[in-house]
Amino acid sequence: MMTEPVLRIDGLKIAAKTTTILEDISLQVQRGEIFGIIGESGAGKSTLAMAVVGLLRSGCQRKAGSVTLAGNDLFALPQPELERVRRRKVSYVAQSAAAAFNPFYRLSDQITELAALELGTPKAERHRMAAKLFAELQLPDPENFGKRYPHQVSGGQLQRAMIAMALINEPDLIIFDEPTTALDVTTQLEVIRLIRKIVSDRNCGAIYISHDLAVVSQLADRVMVLRHGKIVETGETRALIENPQEAYTRDLVANKTTTSAAQVAGEAQATVTVQGLAAGYSGVSTISGISLDLAAGKITALVGESGSGKTTLARTIAGLVDLHAGQMLLKGKALPGRIEDRSPEARRRLQYIHQLPDLALNPRQTVRDIVGRPLTKFGGLRGAALEAALQQLMRDVELPESFLDRVPGSLSGGQKQRICIARALAAEPDVLICDEVTSALDPLVEESIIQLLLRLMGQRPLSILFITHNLLLTQRFAHEVVVMKEGRIVEARPAADLFAAPQEDYTQRLLAATPLMERGWLEARLHANEATN
Amino acid sequence: MSTAKRPPSRPIRDFVISRSLSGLVSLILVTALIFIGTAMLPGDTASALLGQNATPAALEALRQDLRLDDPLYLRYFGWFWDVLHGDLGVSLASGRPVSEVLLPRLQNSMLLALVASLFLLPVAIGGGIAAAIWKDSWFDRALGFTSMLFLAMPAFLVGYILIYALSVRMGWFPSMSVAPLMGGVGPWVKVLALPVLALVIIGQAHTMKLTRTAILSVLSTDYILMAEVKGISRRRIILLHALPNALSPILSISILTVAYLIVDVVVVEIVFSYPGLGKLMVDSVAYRDLTVVQACGLFFALIFVAMNFLADFLAMLANPRQRVPARGAV
Repeated sequence: MMTEPVLRIDGLKIAAKTTTILEDISLQVQRGEIFGIIGESGAGKSTLAMAVVGLLRSGCQRKAGSVTLAGNDLFALPQPELERVRRRKVSYVAQSAAAAFNPFYRLSDQITELAALELGTPKAERHRMAAKLFAELQLPDPENFGKRYPHQVSGGQLQRAMIAMALINEPDLIIFDEPTTALDVTTQLEVIRLIRKIVSDRNCGAIYISHDLAVVSQLADRVMVLRHGKIVETGETRALIENPQEAYTRDLVANKTTTSAAQVAGEAQATVTVQGLAAGYSGVSTISGISLDLAAGKITALVGESGSGKTTLARTIAGLVDLHAGQMLLKGKALPGRIEDRSPEARRRLQYIHQLPDLALNPRQTVRDIVGRPLTKFGGLRGAALEAALQQLMRDVELPESFLDRVPGSLSGGQKQRICIARALAAEPDVLICDEVTSALDPLVEESIIQLLLRLMGQRPLSILFITHNLLLTQRFAHEVVVMKEGRIVEARPAADLFAAPQEDYTQRLLAATPLMERGWLEARLHANEATN
Repeated sequence: MSTAKRPPSRPIRDFVISRSLSGLVSLILVTALIFIGTAMLPGDTASALLGQNATPAALEALRQDLRLDDPLYLRYFGWFWDVLHGDLGVSLASGRPVSEVLLPRLQNSMLLALVASLFLLPVAIGGGIAAAIWKDSWFDRALGFTSMLFLAMPAFLVGYILIYALSVRMGWFPSMSVAPLMGGVGPWVKVLALPVLALVIIGQAHTMKLTRTAILSVLSTDYILMAEVKGISRRRIILLHALPNALSPILSISILTVAYLIVDVVVVEIVFSYPGLGKLMVDSVAYRDLTVVQACGLFFALIFVAMNFLADFLAMLANPRQRVPARGAV
């Protein structure tokens, strides 16, 4: 039965109480094939992933259709049988490995749990199985890696450990649910390579879910575009990218390299100057030898992998990290290292926008309270003047005024980030520190936030420090690019120069590892890597 | 990340040292507060002790003897110095050494708390786990309602209802728990039954609620979803994947409940006239038996500090993220 697909979904419809989450979903996955599913958050990707293993979230119901996995009609199976199919036929690799591993157990024990349950493999033997997989996945010190607890290894290693867990039961189908979204580009490249190898070596089927079309296009044989719970279109990857049929797909595919940032006339004055700075926690400097200027009216991009010290630098400028050496100037005046020592005026001039708006907004306060507070605290506004300022800010961030009376929980991720921007602007700052402000957002939303920041820059003399791990993203709007590695600045130059001819190996590596949609990109990358090794 | 070499972190040792020191500070502060509190009791201590017909000379002699005319801080340091040398002083009311008065009462309180915990903890923890597993079922709602009802009822009311129902009407147990505390297990059961029952009823709600919340928050994590996707059975998920992660908060609340049972049960001891430490303290305040009051305060504080320490220590041991240093990536 060569043609029998590993997975077959027919006319699946899943609904919650009042809304339909998935409608009329049909697809097939063959052995040896990677099937890509792409869509924004809220498109129903995760619900679909769960349905593939016969799992429905509480409150959800299957209204129609079927899921057949390796010949088993999942929604017709009694619970114990269903659990058996899950243990033997399918594996799941989640987005956040840090959250998906049980913090109480050592890695090896959780990774080989199914071998113990299904085959009764003794502990020593299981340990050897795990070590073998760790070696295959190129984890360091494979013999001892499994003895660690999840919190003792890095994010990239944990992600690979989860792939090891997915392989332990030799499944017919592996579901990869945004497995690289939380990783740096260089680690991502490594994980993508592993996924490819695994699927072809083991001849299993795979589903790869992502909101990053570039990654999916490098991996998948076929791609399905999902939006609002419905299929927009499905097709061979190449055909879909080269000749998208639907407007939405065209938007996704469209090369977003629109305008490069307009160059600011003349030499702009530095708003923040950092000289010979070293900083860190509990007496250990995690960043050192840092000197840079943030110019008025310019966007300075701060780029590097996680652990490179980007956020530490940003938090040092914000006054939240112990300063060990060097000095900082704000508009020519000395800026104390500790936020406690800074004047209210200095605090007002420097505002910080965080990566996760969910965590940065008080869920119990209305937007009016959140944005109004800095207006009252710094601007002394009350009553009608406050109301007018609030409405102006909402217009500035392109949200309806009616949002003032809503709480953050009722807004989307992009809208919440706009509220955070409005709150920062309320202080009328000179410097805006944007710490990975778009990395938790979908590509189209990310684009709109960046456009918003650019428009705001046109209206007021802001310096923006834009932190990201995506070097390519900054090409479109940054004036200056600062590349960091291991707590030091590797390269700092005007964006146009840097992208035209990156000087440092590390910058080149970062650039090269960012996935493009072009066909053959992954092969070329892997080839290049082998050549250098 | 390239960082300078740090001395190896030893979370457990650091914890024990810092918490022992802060515990000591708490003890000093609490005993000082009690000392100030006893000094602020209305009326003259000497005349309260000797009665209204005491001669001025006798009163003066007693004041001299008790150093009542010394400044408060001198008296405190004197007392503290003696305590450090194992001397709790002499009871002003009975003239016996305080330790002799206090220790049997402490034993009684500990016994009551221990027996009550043996019943309370399994009931409350088991109930909390069951309520979390069958969340929003009729069982969960009924349990939540009754436990809140008992929590909201004043302790003395629970005590009198029990006395009325089981002692006065049914005649199963004595209404007063002052039976001769000797002679085998039988009398003990009779003496302890009602206070223990009252404590279980009053004390279960917090432990049950917190256990339920702890289990529920673990059940909503990604790693539990992961276990479900892996095809692990519900039973194994609850017992082996969820429960160990809820262990830290459950241990904490359990031990704090035991501390509560030893220390905070004054009302129950008084309702049942149970000869415990709480009743001793209340009685001693009435007699102006300052040395006994101070010693009771010292022991209450000691028990609370020690139990808090134990609770956090066990919670730490049950959590690999606190127990095992991260050491960074390999």
